[in-house]
Amino acid sequence: MTTRVISGKTVQVNEEGFLLSPDEWTKEIAIEIAKEEGIPELTPQHWKVIEWCRQNAVNGRSPTLRQITAGTGISTKEMFALFPKGPAKKVAHIAGLGKPEGCV
Amino acid sequence: MKKLLILGAGTAGTMVANRLSRMLEDGEWKITVVDQSETHYYQPGFLFIPFGIYKKHDVVKPRRDFIPPGVELIISPVEMIETERNRVRLAKDGRYLDYDFLVIATGAHIRPDQTPGMAEHEWRRSIHDFYTLEGALALARYLRTWPGGRLVVNVVDNPIKCPVAPLEFLMLADWFFRERGMRDRVELIYATPLSGAFTKPIASKLLSGLLEEKGIQVVPDFMIERVEPDAKKIISYDEQEVAYDLLVSVPLNMGDEVVARSGLGDVLNYVPVDKHTFVSPTYPNVFALGDAAAVPTSKAGSVAHFAVECFAENFVHYTDGLEMPHKFDGHANCFIESGFGKGLLIDFNYDVEPLPGRYPLPGVGPFTLLEESEANHWGKLLFRWMYWHLLLKGKELPLPALMSMAGKQRLN
Repeated sequence: MTTRVISGKTVQVNEEGFLLSPDEWTKEIAIEIAKEEGIPELTPQHWKVIEWCRQNAVNGRSPTLRQITAGTGISTKEMFALFPKGPAKKVAHIAGLGKPEGCV
Repeated sequence: MKKLLILGAGTAGTMVANRLSRMLEDGEWKITVVDQSETHYYQPGFLFIPFGIYKKHDVVKPRRDFIPPGVELIISPVEMIETERNRVRLAKDGRYLDYDFLVIATGAHIRPDQTPGMAEHEWRRSIHDFYTLEGALALARYLRTWPGGRLVVNVVDNPIKCPVAPLEFLMLADWFFRERGMRDRVELIYATPLSGAFTKPIASKLLSGLLEEKGIQVVPDFMIERVEPDAKKIISYDEQEVAYDLLVSVPLNMGDEVVARSGLGDVLNYVPVDKHTFVSPTYPNVFALGDAAAVPTSKAGSVAHFAVECFAENFVHYTDGLEMPHKFDGHANCFIESGFGKGLLIDFNYDVEPLPGRYPLPGVGPFTLLEESEANHWGKLLFRWMYWHLLLKGKELPLPALMSMAGKQRLN
């Protein structure tokens, strides 16, 4: 477990840089992590997804891509355009939630 | 007389019937189980069929053999669950069954129809599955004469039943083709929507070398959009392409359609319930157990077994108006076949990821956790006997329902 400073705030992160506590998340942190993930600007569509995921997280774990598309009405194709390469994982990272995992 | 109705006589439903028929007072309860077919499948055994290790007769038995005396078994599809009226409508004769308490254990099924191009003219020709008996048998026939080429295993999306089965399939395939002297003519590729074959930090560290040693390539972050069955390639939503000669798909898994029809499901037709007690947040007399439940644990027989143990004791208290004494912890315990007569064991729960160490088991253990051993392979094969003779019948096994840290090594 390590800590790092993101946009002036010290937060706990895991080895891959995912926030350990969703409560430490701020919008400024989201903007900063999005840049690191190759998304220079978060548009209203991005925020819609991020906010929906935070509202529908169970135990700090982000919803699956299928849940996100059903819940927000944003198509899978569009999700890949908004969050290229692994949208479920990217959204989780930016929204300060746990990444989608298997059992091992 | 109070009525308990159980929908589904698979692993979870059968165990519930057996446990509760012993635990509930005779004469006070009437237990009824409904299933749409007569045959009980030992689903963990399907994995071995394509490689000729198990035959059909190893994995099927009549459901009735496992339903205890005094419990009624009705064979019929279920048309509708009417939770507002505490009754279920059967397809057979349009009959209604009333209940005081309902257990939904209707499982999860593969849905190749949900991926364009999959369930068309190449289905069960160059595109196969091993999550159904028919699929596993068809694949066994196909592999007997397959000349080699690119074998791609693709998981469409999670959650799936037995999440380690795709990896086991690949490791068994490596062994199978080596034994047949044709491994040099086979490429093994694993295309997964997750960020890697292993996603938990400790398992990744300890196991990632295993696939490399066996020459299994991983294509991560591959979210399949469609199959092009004539061009023999799978295409992801972000236009990555993976070509195959033989596609072994783990199609989208979904809960039963009756759950959707009855308005009780989430986006994948799983029933949302409390992850510790399995009671519905909307209907206090409705529970969902096994693969049918939308809980963040693995969809696996071992989980159903541990969950039913907690549930059964809770149910006896709950129906007497008492507080439920147990909180299920998401405990799972799975043998992972790694080929060449070896296997691994993982044991974990909602909060503790798979850890290395030893898993103690009186008489036969200990088994090695997150590490290959021959004992684990024998454990997996022995498990089939335990499943038919002890587990389904709800007999006591020397396995704790809640996860124990005994023998586990904490890293970090």
